[in-house]
Amino acid sequence: MKNKYDFLFAGVGGQGTILASDILSEVGMRSGYDVKKSEVHGMSQRGGAVESHVRWGEKVYSPLIEEGNTDFLLAFEMLEAARWPHFTAANTVALINRHQIFPPSVNLGQAKYPEENEIESILAGAGAKVVWVDGAAKALELGNAALGGVVLIGALSTYLDEPVEVWEKTIVELVPAKFKELNVQAFRAGRELMQK
Amino acid sequence: MKKIMSGNEALAYGAYLAGIKVGAGYPGTPSTEVLENYSRYPGAYAEWSPNEKVAMDVGIGAALGGKRAMVTMKHVGLNVAADSLFTVSYTGTNGALIIINSDDPSMHSSQNEQDNRHYARASKVVMLEPADSEEAKRFVKVAVEISETFDTPVILRTTTRLSHSRCIVALEDEPADIVVEPAAYERNASKYVMVPMNARQRRLVVEERLKKLAEYAETTPINFIEPGGGDIGVIAAGVSYQYAKEVFPEATFLKLGMVYPLPKQLIRDLAGRVKQVVVVEELDPFIEEHVRLLGIPVKGREVFPGIAEFSQGRVRKHAAAAGLVPKVADPPAVQTPQLPVRPPMLCPGCAHRPVFYALQRLRVAVMGDIGCYTLGAAPPLGSMHSCICMGASIGNVHGVDRAKVKDRTAAVIGDSTFFHSGIAPLINLISNGGNSTVIVVDNRITAMTGHQPHPGTGWTLMGKEVPNVSIDALARAVGFKKVDVINPYDFKLVLDTIRDHTSSDEPSLIVSQYPCVLNIREKKPAPTVDLDACNECGTCLRIGCSPMTKVDGGVAIDPALCIGCGFCASVCPQSAIKVPS
Repeated sequence: MKNKYDFLFAGVGGQGTILASDILSEVGMRSGYDVKKSEVHGMSQRGGAVESHVRWGEKVYSPLIEEGNTDFLLAFEMLEAARWPHFTAANTVALINRHQIFPPSVNLGQAKYPEENEIESILAGAGAKVVWVDGAAKALELGNAALGGVVLIGALSTYLDEPVEVWEKTIVELVPAKFKELNVQAFRAGRELMQK
Repeated sequence: MKKIMSGNEALAYGAYLAGIKVGAGYPGTPSTEVLENYSRYPGAYAEWSPNEKVAMDVGIGAALGGKRAMVTMKHVGLNVAADSLFTVSYTGTNGALIIINSDDPSMHSSQNEQDNRHYARASKVVMLEPADSEEAKRFVKVAVEISETFDTPVILRTTTRLSHSRCIVALEDEPADIVVEPAAYERNASKYVMVPMNARQRRLVVEERLKKLAEYAETTPINFIEPGGGDIGVIAAGVSYQYAKEVFPEATFLKLGMVYPLPKQLIRDLAGRVKQVVVVEELDPFIEEHVRLLGIPVKGREVFPGIAEFSQGRVRKHAAAAGLVPKVADPPAVQTPQLPVRPPMLCPGCAHRPVFYALQRLRVAVMGDIGCYTLGAAPPLGSMHSCICMGASIGNVHGVDRAKVKDRTAAVIGDSTFFHSGIAPLINLISNGGNSTVIVVDNRITAMTGHQPHPGTGWTLMGKEVPNVSIDALARAVGFKKVDVINPYDFKLVLDTIRDHTSSDEPSLIVSQYPCVLNIREKKPAPTVDLDACNECGTCLRIGCSPMTKVDGGVAIDPALCIGCGFCASVCPQSAIKVPS
């Protein structure tokens, strides 16, 4: 058992970051880690930026991750990924869902949405390894745009030692009954994307 | 057995385990989930009251009736309930009265950043502060014991980070069902009727009680010293303790579970073991000043900032700058271009959007209030021009109108806020001969905090059907003659009604009524954009709706985010946005 993992989730309200971080917390506890989790968001109604911190360790004190210490950055939306270089370091893996949601300033022509290579260089500048995940496309293929987060969790799972069964059992227990199958499919699709 | 719980879930679980039978509160982030979770436990009675003072009075009544009671609210809520709090401190509680009160350092969802530890000192009651969910669960039981033993209300303080972060909590055996037979109410006027003659007697009891509590603070197991090595002794409580443990792993700690009254001997004991005492506390130097009064040199606010919440990174940076811990290497500088901000905004399909868009078009000066609709102040709508506290908007608009500003003016207030504290200023407006316009944006629920019922919903927290208080009938009953109820999606009607009311010289009230679409889970197909008809005028983008994206040659609507309200179609001058039939 590695002595700690810090996972930072970034996305837009309504994208399912909270469910995904709940799944990850539960997997951590079932694998014998002490777990702390913190959702850091303010008045983010659907459409505002959200972040969530999940920490696994032998003993975890703070519910927040310290800057420069994130092992995995899971970005549900591309622009949201670019906000976190100060939390990443040379050993950080940044899994970024290829999905764009424009903030109002971009729509009004007052600001420019960054290009893929700009986002990559912002994070690579801090040393992070950027991995693009076609989660949004895969979710639409499965017929439900809301599954992108679980695709991302599937991709993340390939970097960790916890057995697939623990992940799938946790997902089945945490998602609403009628979406069980779809979520497990999304999780497996995320794993497959990493094997290509 | 163990389970991952938020601080709020753990407080609810602790309340259940501790035999709390009555819970009352007013929803407010970050406190809301305590009462919601508590209401689901067997044997619990829980209610949302129209405001925090009412909730406090319900809790006081239950405690005076001999039960174990809990009252929940956010930090600013205690401002509303303070009148009752300061006197129940005098009367004592008979049964147990636990006040769960949540501060919001960094103002994640609040209008100010106040340190409610001062309320414990000012009202002379005990305050406990857990450091994680496991302690939150255990501290409710401790609070009940203190309340019953010392005949005092106990404030259990949390902060946003404690309330909303999650960790592993040990599940305990189900509590034996405590059946309390209804007993006669204890009639004891000298204790419970605070006319001056009685209150002067109780004033002495309060001081005596504080002395005993200060002695208790020395021995309670929730205050303890964690021996360590090195020269530094850290005093911390709440989530600050967790940050400090990461920054000062070797230090000797005085971990305080009780932050008022504070233990003098324990603090002296710590100071005797180390060369330097450091207090790590968010917001005001509350513990630090106490330590200083004992004549002990201490580092606190001179090292750590007094604004906004901490993190271990923040504590480490300031501790390092003061030479208390080794300096950390600065991370490599990263070239980050200016990224577009993503401010919070009204939800897709929110029924408040047409009202704010109309207010913007009519250039009305808007006195606003506290709730999701406060987001009407955000660009591109930008149509709210003041926001002070719950219920302030109607008094504010009356004042603005008395000052005779040139603009058309209106107050905008939500339905839950209206019931909370909008009624008294509404009566004030009439009874002082005002002629303002009040717009109640009525989405039939307390939406901001996640859909709690209120007096207008027709059902209670426990799911019971009850009469539903009509806002327009209430306005007519207090003397408003010009009252209209409108559907906000009829945009022409919205514009005409607001124009008519704001140019009228009699007091008037508009109820803009449509349920919160997230609550009723209304989702219709997203409109489509005819790019040939679109002339890129940008009107639809100025309604500030997140599914709308500017693309080459026009706009696109993200079907995953859109709920199909069709408001964008009703503002498009080219009729290029089509609502699917």
